[in-house]
Amino acid sequence: MRITGAEAVMRTLEALGVDTVFGYPGGAIMPAYDTLLDAGIHHVLVRHEQGAVHMAEGYAHATGRVGVCIVTSGPAATNLVTGLTDAMMDSIPVLAITGQVASTAIGTDAFQEADVTGITMPITKHNELVRSADRIRDAIKEAFHVARTGRPGPVLVDLPKDVLNATVEWEWDPDVDLPGYRPTVRGHGRMLREALELIGAATRPVIYAGGGLVRAGADAELRAFAERLGLPVVTTLMARGVIPDTHELALGMPGMHGHYTAIRALQEADLLVVLGARFDDRVTGRLDAFAPHARVVHVDVDPAEIGKNREADVPLVGDVKIVLGQLLELLDDLAAKGRGDESVPDVAAWRAHLAAMAEAHPLRCEQPDEGVLKPQTAIRAIHAAWGDDAVYVAGVGQHQMWASQLIPYSRGGQWINSGGLGTMGFAVPAAIGAKVGVGRDVPVVAIDGDGCFQMTLQELATAVQHDIPVAFCVINNGYLGMVRQWQTLFYEDRLSQVTLPQDLPDLMKLADAYGIPGFRVDRVEDLAATVEKAAAITDRPVLVEFRVDPDEMVFPMVPSGASNDEVLESAEEWHARRLAAAGVEGE
Amino acid sequence: MARDRHILGVLVENRPGVLARISGMFARRGYNIHSLAVGPTEDDAVSRLTIVVGTEAVQLEQIVKQLNKLVHVLKVIELGDDAVARELQLVKVDAGPETRSRIIEIADVFRARVVDVGLDTVTIEAAGNPRKLEAMLDLLRPFGVREFVRSGTISLSRGSRSISDGSRARIRRVV
Ligand SMILES: Cc1ncc(C[n+]2csc(CCOP(=O)(O)OP(=O)(O)O)c2C)c(N)n1
Ligand SMILES: [Mg+2]
Repeated sequence: MRITGAEAVMRTLEALGVDTVFGYPGGAIMPAYDTLLDAGIHHVLVRHEQGAVHMAEGYAHATGRVGVCIVTSGPAATNLVTGLTDAMMDSIPVLAITGQVASTAIGTDAFQEADVTGITMPITKHNELVRSADRIRDAIKEAFHVARTGRPGPVLVDLPKDVLNATVEWEWDPDVDLPGYRPTVRGHGRMLREALELIGAATRPVIYAGGGLVRAGADAELRAFAERLGLPVVTTLMARGVIPDTHELALGMPGMHGHYTAIRALQEADLLVVLGARFDDRVTGRLDAFAPHARVVHVDVDPAEIGKNREADVPLVGDVKIVLGQLLELLDDLAAKGRGDESVPDVAAWRAHLAAMAEAHPLRCEQPDEGVLKPQTAIRAIHAAWGDDAVYVAGVGQHQMWASQLIPYSRGGQWINSGGLGTMGFAVPAAIGAKVGVGRDVPVVAIDGDGCFQMTLQELATAVQHDIPVAFCVINNGYLGMVRQWQTLFYEDRLSQVTLPQDLPDLMKLADAYGIPGFRVDRVEDLAATVEKAAAITDRPVLVEFRVDPDEMVFPMVPSGASNDEVLESAEEWHARRLAAAGVEGE
Repeated sequence: MARDRHILGVLVENRPGVLARISGMFARRGYNIHSLAVGPTEDDAVSRLTIVVGTEAVQLEQIVKQLNKLVHVLKVIELGDDAVARELQLVKVDAGPETRSRIIEIADVFRARVVDVGLDTVTIEAAGNPRKLEAMLDLLRPFGVREFVRSGTISLSRGSRSISDGSRARIRRVV
């Protein structure tokens, strides 16, 4: 049967099981939008293409499926750049379909021409400019496959208009043949045994759990493995929830704004079992001072991550879910031979030490009973109102760190944020995409900053138009708070360009303009009642503004570039340290 | 930090943009390329690159891994010190009636060929390993080298083994 290239796009997407796309039409992609009318695919019309790609990311984060966005050529495609980079950094499976000017016009600086495959080469896992209609099916099918397998990531397919309009013989064929792309998914037998040997001999082991576990859907395997061997677990910003924060082995988040005990556990460990994590500088602090006593077992599906920042004593390339399954099997085998204890380290003293430390170093926040609302209190109230099952999606800044620190997460994919790129503006669209993914029954709450919110708030219209009931919570501190915090601590409080007037815009009028309920709370005594009212609305989007203490800072904090041994638990500690340093110099 | 030269042999699918992907990856990650040569292989669908990189051993491993991540890269090998490595060099030298024969003698010593003789220049073609080509150039310099051009290194391992031994490089698709 002969069909057009544009029809082939839709049929391929259907055959791949895509039921939702996020997009925005325009000249070059119009043939595809015409065939979309007859396809069994739900289209969410965004307000800016950056919104489309972040929605696709949010959808992928929340469901583990490939998020798909579709936009036209030139400026629309360049509007994807931030989101594609974000997806690349956080290994999020996204398929981006872009229109392109007609093949004959490529290279002539035609209207709305941009070299999109050139621009996105370094920020996609792979991309392709499709040169003939009979490549459409395979190009999209391969892109989908590359996006979701191995280390997931964004893949872009660029479709010239004439290619969309050409006709092609249609037949579906699910096979993918990419000779240069064969991710290793199973761990190497000898390495598996060596890993267990190292673990068995350790006295201060820690699992350093990263976003790869969430991507692999390995919650159950991680938990079984940690419990079996009694290994404490830290969960990075990208892995929050992959073991429940309430679990007795969970130590919380490591890194620049991590939990004290999680940071210290890595510093004191004699063995790191690194699962789907990549020794990011926000976790390690000064790399040469990171976990100085630890040997390293490193499991990752991307061989290039192993040995990139920190040498591994036992490198294990493979899908972390499968590798953990293999390790558990190996433990069963050993147990069957009566050697089950060999791999179980003696961690009683270590765990008691960590428990005492956690007791002595809780997160601190002094909330008066009346008046000023602390941002931390607001976040706790959000969690209390929307509950343990909700999906929480953050922007970037102080509010993000508090949301990561303070909410006890209980499953992978429940906490969605922009980790690697730190993309302000992520929360609103990503929350919309996540909500589309999880459906009616699971609440989705965006926890955004006043700065971030203003970067992508136009997508409120998308949520309203498509009836996507997200709760948008804005932690309004009237500042680019995280930048202000750095200026306060490291630039003598010389505040430069960080003020955002709290009334600008008036968020209640904004809610009104979008036709959604708006709530504002600025005193702690009104907090509980207000969030309860807002959380009771589940059938449409709501906007909740929290006017919080602008002076609050995020702690713990490891100053940028410092060793993790220099973790600060309060501003006073920082000032005391600086005074002491100055005093020593003066003598 | 010791920066050594390492020669990589890389088989790639013969697709538009594949060279840009590879050179872009090197530029973006700050890897240092000494030379890069591309050409066809015994298989139409496959091209072969020889890349000479200047780097420490640790980074070399990372470069190989990053190359392997590119979807169109089929196989990467490091060619050891014993591999056959060749470059091609063309040199245009000032040559009057009194110096021409001495220049041709030098070319003979290096088993180079004179490929063009002008009124006051000769052009010499030489192939060999970089050290030999450098040595020839040094001897020609006193006569006045007007210009020279040298290709990137191409390299094959010695013995009967070939880069496409092993499964990863068996290509089924014909583009
Ligand atoms: C697109 C983008 N621009 C700039 C930054 C730098 N930056 C990081 S956090 C931050 C402040 C965020 O302010 P807000 O959204 O109000 O959050 P807060 O820190 O106040 O909670 C800025 C400007 C960034 N991460 N992303
Ligand atoms: Mg703010």
